[in-house]
Amino acid sequence: MTDLSLIRNFSIIAHIDHGKSTLADRLIQATGGLTAREMSEQVLDNMDIERERGITIKAQTVRLNYTAKDGQTYELNLMDTPGHVDFAYEVSRSLAACEGALLVVDAAQGVEAQTLANVYQSIEHDHEIVPVINKIDLPAAEPEKVRHEIEDIIGIDASEAVLTSAKSGIGIEDVLEALVAKIPPPKGDRAAPLKAMLVDSWYDPYLGVVILVRVIDGVIKKGLQVKFMQGGTEHLIDRVGAHTPRRIDLPEIGPGEIGFITAQIKEVEQARVGDTITTVKQGATQALPGYKEVQPVVFCGLFPVDAADFEKLRESIAKLRLNDASFSYEMESSAALGFGFRCGFLGLLHLEIIQERLSREYDLDLITTAPSVVYRIQLRASRTDDAREILLHNPADYPDPSRIESIEEPWIKATIYTPDEYLGPILKLCQDRRGIQRELTYVGGRAQVVYELPLNEVVFDFYDRLKSISRGYASFDYEQIGLREGDLVKMNILVNNEPVDALSLIVHRSVAEARGRGMCERLKDLIPRHLFKIPIQAAIGGKVIARETIAALRKDVTAKCYGGDITRKKKLLEKQKKGKARMREYGNVSIPQEAFIAALRMGEE
Amino acid sequence: MARALYIHWPFCARKCPYCDFNSHVRASVDHAAWQQALTADMRHEAERAGGETLESVFFGGGTPSLMPPALVEALLTEAERLWGFAADIEITLEANPSSVEAERFAGIAAAGVNRVSLGLQALDDQALKFLGRLHNAAEGLAALKTAQGVFERVNADLIYARPSQTEEDWRAELSRALDLGTGHLSLYQLTIEPGTRFATDVRIGAFAPLADDPAADLFVLTRELTAAAGLPAYEISNHARPGEESRHNLAYWRYQDYVGIGPGAHGRRGGRATVRHKKPENWLSAVAEHGHGVAEERVLARPEQASEALLMGLRLAEGVDLAELRTRFGIAANGLIDRERLCFHASLRLVREEGSRIAITDAGMPLLDALLGELVAGDLVTA
Ligand SMILES: Nc1nc2c(ncn2[C@@H]2O[C@H](COP(=O)(O)OP(=O)(O)OP(=O)(O)O)[C@@H](O)[C@H]2O)c(=O)[nH]1
Ligand code: SF4
Ligand SMILES: [Mg+2]
Repeated sequence: MTDLSLIRNFSIIAHIDHGKSTLADRLIQATGGLTAREMSEQVLDNMDIERERGITIKAQTVRLNYTAKDGQTYELNLMDTPGHVDFAYEVSRSLAACEGALLVVDAAQGVEAQTLANVYQSIEHDHEIVPVINKIDLPAAEPEKVRHEIEDIIGIDASEAVLTSAKSGIGIEDVLEALVAKIPPPKGDRAAPLKAMLVDSWYDPYLGVVILVRVIDGVIKKGLQVKFMQGGTEHLIDRVGAHTPRRIDLPEIGPGEIGFITAQIKEVEQARVGDTITTVKQGATQALPGYKEVQPVVFCGLFPVDAADFEKLRESIAKLRLNDASFSYEMESSAALGFGFRCGFLGLLHLEIIQERLSREYDLDLITTAPSVVYRIQLRASRTDDAREILLHNPADYPDPSRIESIEEPWIKATIYTPDEYLGPILKLCQDRRGIQRELTYVGGRAQVVYELPLNEVVFDFYDRLKSISRGYASFDYEQIGLREGDLVKMNILVNNEPVDALSLIVHRSVAEARGRGMCERLKDLIPRHLFKIPIQAAIGGKVIARETIAALRKDVTAKCYGGDITRKKKLLEKQKKGKARMREYGNVSIPQEAFIAALRMGEE
Repeated sequence: MARALYIHWPFCARKCPYCDFNSHVRASVDHAAWQQALTADMRHEAERAGGETLESVFFGGGTPSLMPPALVEALLTEAERLWGFAADIEITLEANPSSVEAERFAGIAAAGVNRVSLGLQALDDQALKFLGRLHNAAEGLAALKTAQGVFERVNADLIYARPSQTEEDWRAELSRALDLGTGHLSLYQLTIEPGTRFATDVRIGAFAPLADDPAADLFVLTRELTAAAGLPAYEISNHARPGEESRHNLAYWRYQDYVGIGPGAHGRRGGRATVRHKKPENWLSAVAEHGHGVAEERVLARPEQASEALLMGLRLAEGVDLAELRTRFGIAANGLIDRERLCFHASLRLVREEGSRIAITDAGMPLLDALLGELVAGDLVTA
């Protein structure tokens, strides 16, 4: 067992891309967790998709041993967290398992929206915060300015902030010393009944369900019979260990420590994060507070391009879900797309990632329908039906308008943080998206604006637009603030005179025409020219509000077929056939699957 | 078996900027070595695809008009010995219209060539310069005259849909070409092929290719003018007075067997596809080592053969006879063509159905590649 005073549990938090994972690399290396040869960049980002996109999606915990200048060897439990707002729940769980946080701030970018959001969460947990100003190697680095920002904006003492370059390995020792000195050791009672927090759970193909725990009191050992206090199930612990980042087995996890266990659990569902684990005999009576449940906010339909792949899609979604309990799914059928699933996600990036993992890891070609939020609709009584309330997840289920008494849509409170030179276009963007300004404050050369915005104006491309109009400098964070009534209508898109249900969406009447025009224009570019001309229309009910026409293709021919060489033409034909497999047919028009989402990106307005 | 023989001569005086054929510039060529190797390659094929007399021979390139007439003659003598020649055999040679080459035409005709395909490419000096050709317009016309005096049949090649070429430009140029009195015209739209100098030029913005819509207009105009002049299109880019069609090329398009020898040549014999080593030096050493230049020989499954027959056959105005293809390849009634798409595109008048034949209409021809993707049954296309 490790003496409590020699344990330090901390999360690394920051705005996206400020260098958390890179700093984690250096800490792992400096403490000998991995040799230089075993090391790779952002070694904890082990999902393909994390590596490719260079972002962290899932929090990761590693245990490191560090012999400090005081001669003592400390057990460090490091939790690397994601910076993107869609995965904020990963941060909150990690924070709950720690006593402190390394707050990483990019020396060139300064404080940004997730810096604030994450640090405030950390402060709520009464954490000791160790500020780290990273990327000081960059020519644009202004560590002193950032130090002031941390003090002025966040209001914590940054006079002893550690200056680092995680990339070039500067200041790593200082970070280790600072966290040993500043982050308090955990408290805990070895003799008390077991109380452990279920921090995370995932499915490992070799070990089954693996559970990350933070022991508060008592000890977890192999062979122990435990009970999940909320879930009510009982399990026999069959493995206890930690990641260093190599997986190692341990005899026990004592109070104040973080580690993993397995207990022959088949489904991740049974190991709900936030649950409290105790012993079956003489267990604790009072559960830990647990976590706020995460609710999906963006919904879309996922359909196999090839209807025969439906079963494969079902299995794949179920498997993915084993590793990511934060998305939801239920079966759905559409006239045009056949059978598929309506899935709920934490945000648009989350949606993209699940979609990409399905197509990549499970080799599925998917059609994604327009993302939508959940609307609450009050229906009037009709001759046959009573008045009632429905939740609309899918625009295709939009009821007969004559029965609609009222529709409510979810709103969010968005906090945007930006250098003030970009403020003008940002305010315009928010205004265009039906935003209501609530606050506008300046700190130094930066502005913080708070807007209330309808979520459906944000789900598609608000974040992309914000990034592009601010050259990447503005950052964004949001929380949900409930439902509000709105004048919402369903807009249909007709391609070659046939409504395409996967493209229909719910819009506010005041923006319907502009949105319809934009969609028709984009579809005109997204749908390749066909052998005949194709009208594209946006309509509300029977009324066409926008239209475009795709001219017929005029030329597509190989002029010369030389000397009996047929190979090139055959390849062309194969490519065409493969391309067709990625399209959907509506009234003889093939729509590429990318078009379904791309059509919604609103672009310059 | 094969009644058509293709012989590839891979050398050119200079590489044209649009050309992606298997053509190479070499300081010198050892004609004796090439004669020996081409002969060996031919014998290899004759052993496997012999038995019937040849109806056509085609010297393609490269620039076969740079071959010494004696070499042409030796190869033809050997071919005749191996296969025998049909009485009315068509023997074509591709020629460039430079004055140097024109001087050889008589010798080439004497060697047995009775049809020449002349790479005029354009009738004005500026266009010829743009196309990187070594001849000017006057030289080209003079060479054509010589050819018409020497060979029984003459084809002229022209490249149109050049950057910023207008309908008026092309109407004038094509009318002049039609007045030249050849029985056959090959009229190719300029395409920018990957790996060519033009591809680089386009990438760096040195010029922009003609857009598809105006190019499509020129295609329509081409069909009108040639038809009016009595040389209607019988294939996408080929126009002939009736009876003057290239019998050799028809063998490809009707998907009959053909022997292909020399670097990079393709052949079809008895359900097998042959491809020869592409680079001249590699081909030469392959022949030296194995007695033939085959780099790849592959059995084509019957569905694949059927798809090839459709790809080739639908280039022709006459189209294909589905009943015949079905028996030939043993494919079920609806296995060749996607019926539903056929009906749809027939309703758009892009395809025509007459009994068991289907053919692409004039309106459909410039869209052939897209139509093939629609019409050819998915099962025929190998994944
Ligand atoms: N120049 C420089 N670049 C750095 C430094 N630290 C990290 N980076 C780079 O910044 C980018 C983001 O680094 P990550 O470590 O993935 O950032 P992160 O905070 O973990 O990002 P998320 O997990 O997606 O929020 C990478 O390209 C790193 O190489 C540094 O000290 N100097
Ligand atoms: S002469 Fe013909 S084969 Fe030779 S480079 Fe020019 S176009 Fe190509
Ligand atoms: Mg990271």
